[in-house]
Amino acid sequence: MIIPHPLLGPRDAAEFTYLGDTSLLMRPDPSAEAKPEKLMQAFHDYVHLRDNPTGVHKELWFHEQGDRSWLVVTRNISTHEIIAVELASDVKKASKGKSK
Amino acid sequence: MRYSIWSIIKQGLRSNRDWKTAWRDPEPKASYDAVIIGGGGHGLATAYYLASEHGMTNIAVIEKGWIGGGNVGRNTTIIRSNYLLPGNEAFYELSLKLWEGLEQSINYNAMVSQRGIINLFHSDAQRDAAVRRGNSMILHGADATLLNQDDLRRMCPYLDFENARFPIMGGLMQKRGGSVRHDAVAWGYARAADLLGVDIIQNCEVTGFIMEAGKCVGVDTTRGKIRAKKTGVAVAGSTSRVMGKAGMRLPIESHVLQAFVSEGLKPIIPGVITYGAGHFYISQSDKGGLVFGGDIDGYNSYAQRGNLPVVEDVCEGGMALVPMIGKAKLLRMWGGIMDMSMDGSPFIDKTDIPGLYLNAGWCYGGFKATPGSGWCFAHLLATDTSHDVATAYRINRFQSGAALDEKGSGAQPNLH
Repeated sequence: MIIPHPLLGPRDAAEFTYLGDTSLLMRPDPSAEAKPEKLMQAFHDYVHLRDNPTGVHKELWFHEQGDRSWLVVTRNISTHEIIAVELASDVKKASKGKSK
Repeated sequence: MRYSIWSIIKQGLRSNRDWKTAWRDPEPKASYDAVIIGGGGHGLATAYYLASEHGMTNIAVIEKGWIGGGNVGRNTTIIRSNYLLPGNEAFYELSLKLWEGLEQSINYNAMVSQRGIINLFHSDAQRDAAVRRGNSMILHGADATLLNQDDLRRMCPYLDFENARFPIMGGLMQKRGGSVRHDAVAWGYARAADLLGVDIIQNCEVTGFIMEAGKCVGVDTTRGKIRAKKTGVAVAGSTSRVMGKAGMRLPIESHVLQAFVSEGLKPIIPGVITYGAGHFYISQSDKGGLVFGGDIDGYNSYAQRGNLPVVEDVCEGGMALVPMIGKAKLLRMWGGIMDMSMDGSPFIDKTDIPGLYLNAGWCYGGFKATPGSGWCFAHLLATDTSHDVATAYRINRFQSGAALDEKGSGAQPNLH
């Protein structure tokens, strides 16, 4: 796979390491939940559960052998076609702007 | 018809015209005592043991495509029970014992060949780890033999013992490990289950679960509604997709694992050899092809094919360990979709929905587990209790803190 890096252009996927679903960007906020059981549940779901869909999947890739940036890659995991690539920092900022 | 040397001679003398199909092709009934989704090795083994050990014969196996067309048809056929953790080793040892008696019990030649598996070590620390693993295996009633370099030089003189970076010091051998003719496992279980009255329904895709009062009472399929008192799901690779229809989110990611076969060569590799300094393992099929593989690609995929960086990584491992395979030509390569769980271990458990049972999360190690998985899943479906050797395979083990992580790498599926 060739990942079109938003800053560096097309790069070989072998330069990257893979973390997983972008739900990992949305870490639960410990200060927002008072009940310990609910907080435990939220962190359990965050760390261990995945939607694992077929087709389009948004996921985190780390450009370890490059500029060491985190990317959000939108990829069709049934065909390996890459649809969109953004900097994870931009995605995180945009989602914060929306929810909080 | 019972298969034997006499049936082969008899049919041979009659120009082989009286062989019957190995299993029926029945229409689905309106209801069953139990339905198993997934006609792979695990699903068919479950159906067979439900019928043979628990007397449940009003059951069906439902398969979207044809039986044995998933991972039981695309693995590297290795059987072994060389695990470290107590929650795993007892289960895999039961599975290996079932392999040993499989062909007699299902009356089918699955070519179970206990030619041994050797895990190599390349440093003092790895040797200590191998001794510890071997002791754990022996404590659970399995067999383990520590080999030094001289033993290995006699058995496998072609390994690169003097590799400058990773010299081979020895290996941990399990002599009872080996390989099996994988397709025959699916066909043998299917035939044996069918003879006991199990309906094997192919080309029948599950489109949803029938829920009544919070209970699962059957499945919607492309061939109509099929009601069942109990529904078992054994669809590794597609588990999240099928269980998503019941509204469940699981600790599983689907990843692609590649495997490779060379052209046929004269017998050279006696059993299975695994590299201790990289991810590479190799064996030789009865037809002579070198069967080898390595790591998963490491990203979510449902594509049943991988990418070239992992091909390169596997080949580098092969060249570092067995330099002579550089002369062999690659005949075939393919990919299969693995249920990668968050700790590298499987699930055989009830779900929160009464009547719905799950068998999943086998990572890249499901083939060797086929008989044990079928045995324990059948036990769970028939008795509603976990089998003694499968009590660690709970779905909620991450909540209870009882993860079963052989590698100790945490909730990161591509590191297992």
